[in-house]
Amino acid sequence: METEMSTPSLATKDAATDRAIALATRGLTKSFGSLPVARNIEISLPVGARYALIGPNGAGKTTLINLMTGMLAPNAGQILLGGEDITALGPQDRVRRGLARTFQINTLFAGLNALEAVTLAVLERRGLSGQFSRGVGSHGEAIEEAYGILCKLRLGDSCYQATRELPYGRQRLLEIALALATRPKVLLLDEPAAGVPQEESGEVFEAVASLSDDLTLLFIEHDMHVVFRFASHIIVLVSGAIFTEGSPAEIAADPGVREVYLGKRKHG
Amino acid sequence: MVPATTTVTPQAYLQAQSRWHPLEIAFWLATLLPFILFPNYLSLASQIAITALFALSLDIILGYAGIVSLGHAAFFGIGAYTAGLISKYGWGEPISGLIMAAGVAGLVGLTVSFVIARFRHFTLIMITLGLGLLAFEAANRAHWLTGGSDGLQGISIWPVLGLFKFDLYGYTAYTYSLAVLFVVFLGARRLINSPFGLALRGIRENWVRMPAIGADSRAHIRKAYTIAAAIAGLAGAVLAQTTENVSLESISFQRSADVLVMLVLGGAGRLYGGLVGTIIFMVARDQFSGIAPQYWYFWIGVLLITVVMVLPNGIVGGLSHIYGRWKRK
Amino acid sequence: MLPPVFGVLFDGLAYGMLLFVLSVGLSVTLGLMNFVNLAHCAFAMLGGYVTITLVNEFGWPFLATLPVAFIAAAIVSVALERTLYRRLYRSSDLDQVLLTIGLAFISVAIAAYIFGTTQQPVETPSALRGSINVLGLGLGKYRLFLVGVALVVTVLLIAGLEYTRFGAQVRAAVDNQRMARGLGIDVDRTFASTFALGSGLAGLGGALAIEIVGLDPNFAFTYLVYVLIIVSVGGLGSIAGSFAAAILIGVSDVAGKYYAPELGAFLIYLVMVVVLMWRPAGLFGRR
Repeated sequence: METEMSTPSLATKDAATDRAIALATRGLTKSFGSLPVARNIEISLPVGARYALIGPNGAGKTTLINLMTGMLAPNAGQILLGGEDITALGPQDRVRRGLARTFQINTLFAGLNALEAVTLAVLERRGLSGQFSRGVGSHGEAIEEAYGILCKLRLGDSCYQATRELPYGRQRLLEIALALATRPKVLLLDEPAAGVPQEESGEVFEAVASLSDDLTLLFIEHDMHVVFRFASHIIVLVSGAIFTEGSPAEIAADPGVREVYLGKRKHG
Repeated sequence: MVPATTTVTPQAYLQAQSRWHPLEIAFWLATLLPFILFPNYLSLASQIAITALFALSLDIILGYAGIVSLGHAAFFGIGAYTAGLISKYGWGEPISGLIMAAGVAGLVGLTVSFVIARFRHFTLIMITLGLGLLAFEAANRAHWLTGGSDGLQGISIWPVLGLFKFDLYGYTAYTYSLAVLFVVFLGARRLINSPFGLALRGIRENWVRMPAIGADSRAHIRKAYTIAAAIAGLAGAVLAQTTENVSLESISFQRSADVLVMLVLGGAGRLYGGLVGTIIFMVARDQFSGIAPQYWYFWIGVLLITVVMVLPNGIVGGLSHIYGRWKRK
Repeated sequence: MLPPVFGVLFDGLAYGMLLFVLSVGLSVTLGLMNFVNLAHCAFAMLGGYVTITLVNEFGWPFLATLPVAFIAAAIVSVALERTLYRRLYRSSDLDQVLLTIGLAFISVAIAAYIFGTTQQPVETPSALRGSINVLGLGLGKYRLFLVGVALVVTVLLIAGLEYTRFGAQVRAAVDNQRMARGLGIDVDRTFASTFALGSGLAGLGGALAIEIVGLDPNFAFTYLVYVLIIVSVGGLGSIAGSFAAAILIGVSDVAGKYYAPELGAFLIYLVMVVVLMWRPAGLFGRR
């Protein structure tokens, strides 16, 4: 592929599938002191992709998401969102351009209820969060939108409850709701069903399944059933570098992957 | 569309949060009682109103945005000295003096806010402490401007609206302080219930989540800090005008620490917490003014430990918790 | 013959050494668990009053009271840690500030009640009175003793950190708490032990301070500001940082009093704010 830097339109086309590229990383590298956590990572997510990122513990999957979203600054490399270089942008600016993520451990507003939390996210997106002339209650459209998102994720009934009182599975759904409120083009899900009890995890996956086809998804997941069910393409990360990638069938058949990851005992 | 368990629409729910509760109206009516019941204590009442306003300003950054400031009295003092100097050099009109003093304090707050917004935790606490102490030292050394430890002399305030003179009985002073407190309170109440107030609560609840929903936390903090500085300056200016005197005490660490205690006692992040805490603290201090300061602070120490271990949301928080559980029965 | 400025420098050095002994405990515990303990100087005050009681009431020799001051402060800190501090390890900064300030208030009241509000003198051994003539300067013997004690403490601390298993645990926990826990280090217990050690050192510092600055119930707050400045400027969790900052502050303070009394504390506060803005974790701090 090319190495030109100033014509983004060329870089946005994926030669193999001829679809536009929603998110790409080029040579992304990061070390903590002498410990490398990301080694020359090259990823291309086409629009509408359902990609899974797997790998053993400590492979650097969450670190990669932190690099993509701007919570960590890379030592080298670029991140391109829809062709635009966002490497120098802060996290909130990347969100505004359509790159959202959920956290592996619930990172929610414990004292707010679901309605308030999602409404806040909607108001931020609409640029209304700096206003103090009218009450929150007067912003009907934003509240409608927030409620709509909550209902889509089956959180409508408990939206007046404080977040800390919600069952864990509902909180995971709220994680996704908050990310959706930013109207992302690319959504990075960090183990969306992590820690969710068996009875509730179905809801989480249905929510993921129901996400729009225009939305580009990259999700970190350990449960291989989930991965094979939802992903069209799998990237295997080991020790901060891409070990291999391919379709689910290719990955399942790859003896190297099996040795590194699938051969180990599955953990929930 | 309505959640299955209630009949309240989401918008109605959020609108209801900013509706006036009967207890609030009772509270404000009660603030008029001193005129009738305690006419000899009007100057104390005036001091309470001023300090309550100061506590309200601290609540905005501490209770809502979560910024622990040990130097907030710097703005109180800046407002006080500004109002005093304006009068000393010829312009004694109170209301315009208030606005100018608040403006100066707000401007300083805006400048400082760029520093404040960049730091957190221990570093931030130490920076606020350091800036507060610097402000005190500056006021102490600038004898030519502030009168140093002798205080600012020569303040003479013209009658409010040309009619009401500040006298020894304190009627004008209390009316003035109470009016300023109420007006600013209305503004603060609106701010807390606005999208900006919600954003501040978001910052306090989870700092990490805010950028992840596209929020510029630093810009929000700068705005909140500037507003809080202006209000603190306003409170200081009212003090300068009603007492026609400004001393170093108004910019001292003592004042910063006391207002923090009052706010925490009443309950930070509850709008009325600062007001309730101030009333209780200052009435108690007046009643126990005979005892030596160490023993007064002994009980304050006990109270602080109690609040931290048992009553995390202060008195107002504890009361509303009890009220909430009682209602659910 | 050395010019008098060296005498001032020596006094400042001695004062700085005292401040170091007072501050090092807070620096390490803050670096370890970010626990804001504003009652730290109350422990120092405790040590000072223990020494005063033992010397004035029971006739103990001054030097013998020093280990007792250390131990007394350490024991009280263990008791408080078990009952109160332990619950607040994961609490907000504000809660920690409020709890520890509350404890400091209470300690001041108790001290005032028992000992009164005036400064209490204490009799130092005759061997430490007077001064030695070095290169034309009269160096106070007590101050020399102080510097000696501080250096011994420093050497012991650094050796302990470098060569003992406990020291390694402390270093690991200061460096990266999460990873230390992951390696199986009981960070809470490490903190409790370090806290006892640090408070004990504060107690020792308090006892040593009587002769230099005097002891009254307000000690818990007067010196808290200096200690906080040293800890934040030197860097949390750094012994070297506390050492350097303490000397800096000590010398600046004494030299300031001699040569520029109008400046007063202004310069020290300014230095602190500027250093923190430039290096939020302090000069030698991590993160």
